[in-house]
Amino acid sequence: MSMTTDPAAPRPTRSGARTLAVTSGKGGVGKTFITANLAAALAARGEKVLVLDADLGLANLDVVLNLHPKLTLHDVFTEKATLEQAILPAPGGFSVLLAGSGMVEYSRLTPEVRDKLLHIIDLVKPRFDWVLLDTGAGISDVVLFAVSLATDVLVVATPEPTSLTDAYATIKVLATQQDRRHVGLVVNQANRVGEGKLICGQLQQVLQRFVGPTPGQTFKLELFGEIRSDQAVRQAVLKRQLMLEHYPGCDAAQSIKALASKLLG
Amino acid sequence: MEHRLPAPALIDAQLLDLDQALQLLQQAGALLPDEEPLSAAWLQAVLNALCDLSSRDALTSLVNRRSFEMALAREVDRVARSGEAALLLMLDIDHFKAVNDTYGHGAGDQVIRAVARAVEQTVRPMDLVARVGGEEFAIILPNCATHVGLAVAQRVRERVSELGIEVAPGQMLNVTVSLGGAFAPQWVRSSPLLWTERADRQLYRAKAEGRNRACLEPQIDSLVSAEEKGMLFASLNLDTQQDLP
Repeated sequence: MSMTTDPAAPRPTRSGARTLAVTSGKGGVGKTFITANLAAALAARGEKVLVLDADLGLANLDVVLNLHPKLTLHDVFTEKATLEQAILPAPGGFSVLLAGSGMVEYSRLTPEVRDKLLHIIDLVKPRFDWVLLDTGAGISDVVLFAVSLATDVLVVATPEPTSLTDAYATIKVLATQQDRRHVGLVVNQANRVGEGKLICGQLQQVLQRFVGPTPGQTFKLELFGEIRSDQAVRQAVLKRQLMLEHYPGCDAAQSIKALASKLLG
Repeated sequence: MEHRLPAPALIDAQLLDLDQALQLLQQAGALLPDEEPLSAAWLQAVLNALCDLSSRDALTSLVNRRSFEMALAREVDRVARSGEAALLLMLDIDHFKAVNDTYGHGAGDQVIRAVARAVEQTVRPMDLVARVGGEEFAIILPNCATHVGLAVAQRVRERVSELGIEVAPGQMLNVTVSLGGAFAPQWVRSSPLLWTERADRQLYRAKAEGRNRACLEPQIDSLVSAEEKGMLFASLNLDTQQDLP
């Protein structure tokens, strides 16, 4: 099943990539790990994928992928490098545009940052099939702006109460401020089969009750994946390896592949 | 004056039927261009005058719905880039049908014109006032801080309510208006349609709450109440290791 096109989507994208933001509210729930492995899973299906590290203040895609980039988004922003130079190949057959250090000065949403991000998205969209935006934690205006650059959103949550609360707050803001009618949910570190479905249902109920369907509109939170706690995930994280490359047979890798299939429809 | 060399003739201006266009302009009181008739400059001026005519409302000379929609789309793009707050107000004259029914359509037109003038005089020159329906107006206020939004809407409402509109010699009429407003989301994902819907929803609220009032969309925060948390965790037994059906 494909991700339903959001009826509230802005003008149709001019050309090229589907843009998907991965966000979470709470940090440390596996957002970057999932984004990187999802990119590899999409690439394995023949898709041309770019992961853009939109976590300008606290980028860590390079850490997850064990990359030591010489050129980053920072160099593109300061015009020390061209976009071509800063788009790097990553293990797993996809491309990355890393935020790099020194982006702290860009971690506030100034008109300059807005303009640069908009410009970069416009430039990369025609060249890829997918642009995945790995956003920062929290619901700051930079995060919300980065999410708003994407047509589709995945929210990553773990069954931890704090993560669920933050995921709920994020979805609430997206539904109300960004007029989103559809958000995808990925439950990471699930303790048991079926927990994702349970959590998704519960979140949907609370959203219906408190965010409320505005007249003529319905909001749908759709479960896009359930990734269970897995020894291989811990190994991959510690060794800074791409799980899909090094532990392709593990449960979590299968879940990520299923997530890619669901996105591809 | 610079003498223009004749451009390669792509069209023969003599073949154009311009009667209706010129009649329209004349009827609207638009001045016909001074340039030599059928010259390129003259044709351009006629086209410009027609564009202006088709972007304005005949009764009030305010921007019309078509032109308003274009301006709104531009504003959505601008807000996404600048991050400035911009307010959209929808305004509707209360019980307008009663004015028409009681005093006739001529009086109704007078009321619409008077309200249009009053609104225009109350907002800043940079704001765009449009007539988007019979007795419905829209105002785009670029660079309008969120904390002054309601005050602006109230000022428009008060200004209209203070009007004495002479609909017939010696016959003064007072009208009130309801306003609904929403700020442009400062994120890329929005559309003129969504923004209008959100402002319209507030207008319905102002009507439902008794008219002659202004309602703005409440600013939504990301706080999660205890009640929300309670419901969120109600049926989740998160410690259980057992698989679920």
